[in-house]
Amino acid sequence: MTTFTLNDQSTTLDLPEDMPLLWALRDVAGLTGTKFGCGIGACGACTVHLEGQAVRSCITPLSAVAGKKVTTIEAMEQHPVGQRVQAAWREIDVVQCGYCQSGQIMSATALLQTKPNPGDADIDSAMAGNICRCGTYGRIRAAIKIAAAKPEQGPRS
Amino acid sequence: MNKPMPSSSPASPARRHFLRVGAAAGGGLLIGFGLGACNREPRNEKPPEAAVGNAATQVSDQAPGLAHNAFIRIDREGLVTLIVHKAEMGQGTYTSMPMLLAEELEVDLAKVRLEQAPADNSLYSDPLLGGQVTGGSTSVRGAWQPLRQAGAAARLLLVEAAAQAWKVDAASCQARNGMVTHGASGRSMHYGQLVDAAAKLPAPKAIVLKNPDQFTLIGKPVKRLDSAAKVNGQAKFGIDVRLPNMLVATVAASPVPGGALQSADEAKAMAVKGVRHVLKLDNAVAVAADHMWAARQGLAALAPTWSDGQHAGMTTAAIVADMKAAAESGKGAAVARNDGDVAKPAPKDGRTVEAVYELPFLAHATMEPMNCTVDLRADGCDLYVGTQVPSLAQGAAAKLTGLQNEQVRVHNHFLGGGFGRRLEVDFITQAVAFARQLKQPVKFIWTREEDVQHDMYRPYYYDRLAATLDEKGKPLSWSHRITGSSIMARFAPAAVTGGLDPDAVEGAKDMPYAIPNVRVDYVRHEPPVPTAFWRGVGPTHNIFVVESFIDELAAAAKQDPLSFRRDLLDKSPRMRAVLNLAAEKAGWGQPLQAIPGRRVGRGLSTQFAFGSYMAQVAEVSVGTDGEVQVHRVVCAVDCGQVVNPDTVVAQIESGVIFGLTAALWGEITFDKGRVQQSNFSDYRVMRMNEAPRIEVHIAKSSDAPGGVGEPGTSATAPALANAIFAATGQRLRKLPVASAQLKKTA
Repeated sequence: MTTFTLNDQSTTLDLPEDMPLLWALRDVAGLTGTKFGCGIGACGACTVHLEGQAVRSCITPLSAVAGKKVTTIEAMEQHPVGQRVQAAWREIDVVQCGYCQSGQIMSATALLQTKPNPGDADIDSAMAGNICRCGTYGRIRAAIKIAAAKPEQGPRS
Repeated sequence: MNKPMPSSSPASPARRHFLRVGAAAGGGLLIGFGLGACNREPRNEKPPEAAVGNAATQVSDQAPGLAHNAFIRIDREGLVTLIVHKAEMGQGTYTSMPMLLAEELEVDLAKVRLEQAPADNSLYSDPLLGGQVTGGSTSVRGAWQPLRQAGAAARLLLVEAAAQAWKVDAASCQARNGMVTHGASGRSMHYGQLVDAAAKLPAPKAIVLKNPDQFTLIGKPVKRLDSAAKVNGQAKFGIDVRLPNMLVATVAASPVPGGALQSADEAKAMAVKGVRHVLKLDNAVAVAADHMWAARQGLAALAPTWSDGQHAGMTTAAIVADMKAAAESGKGAAVARNDGDVAKPAPKDGRTVEAVYELPFLAHATMEPMNCTVDLRADGCDLYVGTQVPSLAQGAAAKLTGLQNEQVRVHNHFLGGGFGRRLEVDFITQAVAFARQLKQPVKFIWTREEDVQHDMYRPYYYDRLAATLDEKGKPLSWSHRITGSSIMARFAPAAVTGGLDPDAVEGAKDMPYAIPNVRVDYVRHEPPVPTAFWRGVGPTHNIFVVESFIDELAAAAKQDPLSFRRDLLDKSPRMRAVLNLAAEKAGWGQPLQAIPGRRVGRGLSTQFAFGSYMAQVAEVSVGTDGEVQVHRVVCAVDCGQVVNPDTVVAQIESGVIFGLTAALWGEITFDKGRVQQSNFSDYRVMRMNEAPRIEVHIAKSSDAPGGVGEPGTSATAPALANAIFAATGQRLRKLPVASAQLKKTA
């Protein structure tokens, strides 16, 4: 039994404590925006926020999130930084197949929360863990810079 | 190749009957139309025999049941629904297809909604591929005419309906932005008000399409229509399907091709909490559970063992040795091209250059691992999957279950990458075979390890080349023998004639350089490993070989690689133009900025493939340890009439990264019959910090559209290898790039 805050709602799941958060989200909570890519923390498709930090949910056991705050791509439209990132992604059409983009957006949002004006080296180190087989890296970099340049807006009412 | 684009000519008589008009249930206009057969004959096209399964039949008014072959519905609100016959795997079809329709229909793109076509080879066949296939960079090329014609036909019907209502001449009415207006009387009606009347009209007799200078949408950068759903987690890929009462299963197949299941500890697997069933096939096992975690743990507990069979000792070295012997013997070689006489020796003061090139097996490694959800009942089967070949998936499931094709429904989803992997139905067939043992829906998901180790691989190729140069360094002869697996022989056997696989020689047979004596032949050699198409197909292999070897000849002739190529492209104005454009934008001939401790170089490639002309210039630096960094790739492309320029740029950026990944690191190897790679940890792919700056320059052209999904990939590896040669003097004749070969010894 694990209780944690999932996208601002208290959630209790009766699942093994060693179960990766990824499968609890996808197969039990029904939040399929978080993707399975590798299962070993090597591709970033499963990235979510744990207490605001980007983590790989495929190697994060439920025991590690007990009592903590988990945020997924489904909550980014209500997230002040996340919505800016999403808007920037749409402004220059970053996506192609789109499968990795939930994870990319979660990593980019976590980056911008800690570093509102990241340089190229910051972007490299924050984003190098997120693979995109469609090769949208150039646009991801550009979109992060667009999102960084936009003034903060309050959450949508 | 500079044929005028047949855009403004009236539809040919054969095409006049391609339309069917009818009323939608509950009101509205339905238009059914045939995708038809292509009347252009672009060079190095996949032949129509590349049909998968059933041969293509031209859809016409013989097609029964209009509702089923309706491609367009327009409802009383004026909303347009387009049944898309193409899968969206990132290449932008869900935007480019509606653009083609909306241009002629005169509606705002926001009024067009998309529905994925059901599996039906007779209705949704690509005219270039002859099957319901998304691949070969054909979507825009194949839909260019029929989708615009359908849009124009619908517009003509709506205008006619308005004209009749107003009792005026249709020619005095105008359609724009979803509305018909009669300027003289100032009257107007929305499309939605006209659909019921239009549905009663006969199909228009002659359709005249716009000239390119009249386009308001085509050729303008349009935002992707699938972006919104792909940035908020709402886009549904096959792996995201959730059905009531559905189990989740994961799979392990024999690690050696042809091996069989020997033992499995079922009791231990069933003891894992959440595990519901252990499923067995001759060569695979699956564990079905309440969720993927239980399934994975159950599979680990199951600990299957295998009898490896006849390929237990298979190694890459043994496969290559076998290929080399086949290449040298030349037994059964099929001649693709034989101009002049390549056997003539080089003149006294001339030179002979010989080389062997080798390209590795490659996995596709789509971001979304293979998966398929099967809901199999006595009276039917529903497949939830992302596939490039819905009809093949349907046929495979029908064959296995004994159901009729019509009883198998394929619910296609967004594809989390295709790259040719999802042209295959091996994983779908396997899922259906397992599902026969269950009475409830199951989602089968391959782990990444299963995905890498049970891919159907881009074949290993072994190429022998020889050329002679005259005393001035001008090439006199060029011979190229390709040895490798024939994907076509399995995928579309009718396309292989006299042992010649058109895909295996594509990009080699039609190499663009004017050389008087040219011979290209092909020796089929099948490894014990399943092979399949991979982004860029034949050209990804052949363009690397051709463009590397022409670079070798330039070096042998002590000439600049650009001018050496240019001199041999007299008769290819479009090719020369992109070559010049890329060279100019890249600053060819100007010194590269020095990087302390690193060797720098610039290399180029040219290509005609998929109906598009391309040239690339890569800039690299190489460290003393042999590590290669790609700094910049400049690409010039002439892909004819552009539909969505931003998609063209995006596809080429994507293709370059995909090609660089493979050239730098991509390699599947075998030992003891098993694939030695397993995940992104050892099947390396390019990451953000390694990606070069990519510049794409589109040459203005009004020729018919060319494909853009694959050319970026196939043109990249030679530009990279030639740049490495320029930097280090090392010619790379084997991929992936071997850093050890590039170390600098003091």
